[in-house]
This record gives sequence, C-alpha cells and structure tokens, in this order.
Amino acid sequence: MTQALAFLYNPHRFMAFSAWAAPLFGALALALAAAGLWLGFTAPEDYQQGDTVRIMFIHVPAAWLGLFVYVCLGGASFLSLVFRQALADAAARAAAPIGAVFTALALATGSLWGKPMWGAWWVWDARLTSVLVLFLFYLAYMALRASIDDEAKGARAAAILALVGLINVPVVHWSVEWWNTLHQGRTVFAAGGSRAATVFLVPLLLMSLSYMSAFGALWLVRIRGEVWRRRAAAAEARLAR
Amino acid sequence: MLDLDPGPYGFYIWTSYGVSAAALAWLAVSSLAFARRWRRRAEALETRAREVDPGPERQP
Repeated sequence: MTQALAFLYNPHRFMAFSAWAAPLFGALALALAAAGLWLGFTAPEDYQQGDTVRIMFIHVPAAWLGLFVYVCLGGASFLSLVFRQALADAAARAAAPIGAVFTALALATGSLWGKPMWGAWWVWDARLTSVLVLFLFYLAYMALRASIDDEAKGARAAAILALVGLINVPVVHWSVEWWNTLHQGRTVFAAGGSRAATVFLVPLLLMSLSYMSAFGALWLVRIRGEVWRRRAAAAEARLAR
Repeated sequence: MLDLDPGPYGFYIWTSYGVSAAALAWLAVSSLAFARRWRRRAEALETRAREVDPGPERQP
C-alpha cells in the first residue's frame, strides 16, 4: 500500500498510470451499470416498497460513495498537510466536487423515495441530517479553497477543514444505531449477514461497483486536470520572469 | 422480464434515475472539459516558455 502510494507520488508516473487507468475505469463503470440496470429492472417488486425499491439501486450506491469519497478527501488532505505532497493536494481538490455530487444525489433520491414511502420529502432524522452535514462539509471545503487567493494557504485551511469533517463520517455510518431513526438500519452489512434478498442485493452491488468505478475514472481525470493546471501556472510564472 | 411500468410511483422512480443520469453525465463532461482545457493551456504555455528560455542544456 505504501509502495503503491509512493509510486503515485511522482506526477510523471501518475500521469502515465492515469492515462490508461481512467478510460479503463470508465468502461468498467458503463458495463457494470448496464448489468446492474438490467437486473434492477427485471427484479420483482418488493412486497412492502413496491416498485420504489428500484430507487434503492441508485440511492444506496450514491450514499456509500458520498461517504467513501469524503474518506479519500480526508486521507489526501492528511498527506498534503503532513507530508506536503502536491499530488495529494491535487487529489483532495479533485475529489471534493465528485463527492458533493454523489452526496447531493443520495439526498435527492432519498427524498424521492421518502415521499411515497414515508409521506414526507424530508425528516430531521439522524441519518438524513448527518448526510446533509456531510454535503455542507463538501461545499465548505470548495468555498474555502475558492475564497483564499494564496493557493498554498487555501489548500492548508481547506485540508484542516476536511480533517475536522472526518468526525462526521462515523456519525453518518452509525447514526442508525446510535439514535432511534426513521431511516432503516444497516441492511447489506448487517451483523450476521445481509438482510436483503439476493434478487435485490445483486443489482445493488453491481450498481455500487459501477459508481465506484465511475468515481475512479472521474477522480483520475480531475487530478490530471489539476496537474495540467499547476503546470500551466508554473509555465506562466517562468514567462513572467 | 423487464419491468418498465412503475405504476403509481413512476414520477419518483423516473425523476430519481433522470436526476442521477444528468448529474453523472454533467460530472463526466465537466471533468473531461476541465482536464482538456488545462492540458491545452499548459502545453501552449510550456512551448512558449521553452522558446523564450530554452534552458542551460539547450543553449549553444
């Protein structure tokens, strides 16, 4: 793991690796989504949720990714802050908009499922509220970076904010156990094994892998963009001398 | 058998899938455009910088 990270610290190696890895992840995401959607729309209706169970195939992966991307953002911020790794800072900056979109999708699709099932678009439930806080951390991270003209100072301030936001990650994950919530408890990773029927579990896992691959592709592409942006800034500085 | 008739929940299901597809497509297009724009700019600036200052190893 450390060797893999050390390999990717080098921008030249990273650019060579990401040039073939990003399209590969993208193609994998599309193939997995095609399989997941097919199985999702051939699955029977749930005996309680009816057809709205199909929203779960995109809601749950978006929620998982919203959380996972934040862990990546926090990890990259830590490497950037402690080891002053420029590529880690680029990775943190690149992860934020992707994580924000996944979290917004989790909130939106959850709301669209909640209205017919709970009779409400929104409730101030511990899980929903902690995911909203997660979304606000993403927005605050991006706003903070954008608001400080000195890029190095902005990166440091945003990295500290990202690390503070990591406190919210276990709160999101265990909120359904720590508090009495309307949101259902853990289903797929429940103690004693998944409580979801295989006919729903398989498309859910395929869609989750698809979202994960899509994140891999998008993250690599955005980090590449960040590397190019910094190279442009360096060339501009050379020309200004 | 493919079931594309969600009955009374059509609005909620198709809106969920529509919003997700639109958001992910926007993310893909904007990410590719961001990387492409900066790649072009960096390459143009690096070429100009090399012309202005070829560096010690390239000077005659």
